[in-house]
Amino acid sequence: MTDNKKTIWIEYLVFICAVSAFGLVTENTYYLQIMTFIGINTLLALGLNMLMGYTGQVSLGHAAFYGIGAYTTAILSGTYGMNPWLALVCAVAAAVLIAFIVGLPTLRLSGYYLAMGTLGFGMIVNIVIREWAGVTGGASGFVGIPMLEAGSLVFMSGAGYYFLVWGIVFAAMIICRRLLASRTGRALRAIHDGENAAVAIGVNTHFLKLEIFMFSAALGAVAGFLYAHFVLFISPESFGFMFSIKIVTMVVIGGMASVWGALLGAAVLTLLPEVLHGFAEYEMIVFGLILMVVMIFMPQGLTRGIMDMIRTAGRART
Amino acid sequence: MIRSQQTPGIRTEQILKVQDLTKMFGGVKAQDQISFSIEKGIVCGLIGPNGAGKTTLFNMITGIYRPDAGKVVFNGKDIRKTPVYRLVKAGVARTFQHVELFSSMTLLENILVGMHVRTQAGFWAAVTRLPAMKREERQSRRRAEELLEFTGLCADAHKMAGDLPAGRQKTAQIARALASEPLLLLLDEPAAGLNPVETHALGKLIQKIKQSGITMMLVEHDMSLVMKMSDKVVVLDQGKKLAEGTPRQIQSNEAVMSAYLGNG
Repeated sequence: MTDNKKTIWIEYLVFICAVSAFGLVTENTYYLQIMTFIGINTLLALGLNMLMGYTGQVSLGHAAFYGIGAYTTAILSGTYGMNPWLALVCAVAAAVLIAFIVGLPTLRLSGYYLAMGTLGFGMIVNIVIREWAGVTGGASGFVGIPMLEAGSLVFMSGAGYYFLVWGIVFAAMIICRRLLASRTGRALRAIHDGENAAVAIGVNTHFLKLEIFMFSAALGAVAGFLYAHFVLFISPESFGFMFSIKIVTMVVIGGMASVWGALLGAAVLTLLPEVLHGFAEYEMIVFGLILMVVMIFMPQGLTRGIMDMIRTAGRART
Repeated sequence: MIRSQQTPGIRTEQILKVQDLTKMFGGVKAQDQISFSIEKGIVCGLIGPNGAGKTTLFNMITGIYRPDAGKVVFNGKDIRKTPVYRLVKAGVARTFQHVELFSSMTLLENILVGMHVRTQAGFWAAVTRLPAMKREERQSRRRAEELLEFTGLCADAHKMAGDLPAGRQKTAQIARALASEPLLLLLDEPAAGLNPVETHALGKLIQKIKQSGITMMLVEHDMSLVMKMSDKVVVLDQGKKLAEGTPRQIQSNEAVMSAYLGNG
């Protein structure tokens, strides 16, 4: 137990050092921008991982909460001039409320049915964003999202925003870790391992699934908020079905049921399009291939796969 | 050693009363007007040929199935419409015929999940980690370790539940059910797949549980175990109650004999 605690703190320390070092040393805005996107995507993957990796409930509509977060803050702060931080609270509240309403019936479903239900939900949200042009700007997108400010500090793209995003990622990681190590976290993992047994032992599975769905929606909305105030222009494509699949892929590639896996998955899926710039139209093919290869050779995900490889290599040497 | 909410009372007090219980699956009567009752503190064996409806009866008592007619009264309350998690909190726990441990969690964590209904910490407590939550967590762990000691599983506390040998998984299931501090514990074929040594140890464990004041229902095909453990035996056949009585009465009951051996 204490040993476990120690390794967690070492991991956090390495994480903080790496993030700070990169932020302080790098002056190339392009790299900082990519790293900021990795942070935003990590938040999405962390949220979905809690639902999918730990609780075993597949959602194919996670981009909807990302979109709800982004558009809520865009409309409230852009159109109505609300303080963006207040808009963040509203964005999270909106996402949580919608997750509650949607989750109440859909989380009674399981397996394919839940996947289909959330898929439909994601599509509906995307169509609403696209068609409600008077408010959302429709297909041509929403312009005029203000920059974030805190006192005299303005978070422009660059090191400032980078540190803001990664600070929030760090906080989210701690929250997820604490949750997982608790009574609630154990019950969630129990649902993943055997829902019937969890019910029989007295876990209110429906309530817990709903709770974690709302939590993952909240993280998605925070990510959407950070995205909107970073790029300052948003359009419906960023929150469509393909992006939902991309978040699922991040979770699967990184390794379900691993907090660091979410980070790794988000990093891989954010970096790849940049590396494969030349063949953008083949992007989805490459993602699909990676997903297949990972599933076949490392079904536990990259994080576990690499760790296992290191362990076997170490054993072979001794 | 192990905690139960039971206050030592009068022996004849009924903890469970089943009245005219009927359950249909399609057109088939899986349970046909079954009635019996169980007194506090006893072990009640439930036997019958395969397909007699023993597991169906368990599923109705534990709230997994809803009966089509009849009543289940637990501790003075009709529990036909009580959701499972409330029923567990009220004191009904069970184990499964086929082991259903949470296989990717350690044995200790399995026991901790078993305590779910006796602990409180929710989402915000987990995130804030206030002293009350930490205290509860410490107490839970201590309790879980006590239970592992009680069931003789201490050495495996930090092993993955799925990696344990089958016999230990069966015991672990009982330990997890005990973690919910039940008044009534239903064991569904706990000896199936166990070797004679393990079965003997199981018998001792059942006796220890009984001594701690927990009432038990036992579905089992190992007749010598049932007859040795039970204070009372209920016999089911084709969804109907065939007989009820002390092990001795059941052993000499002709209807039971013919149900088991065929009436030729």
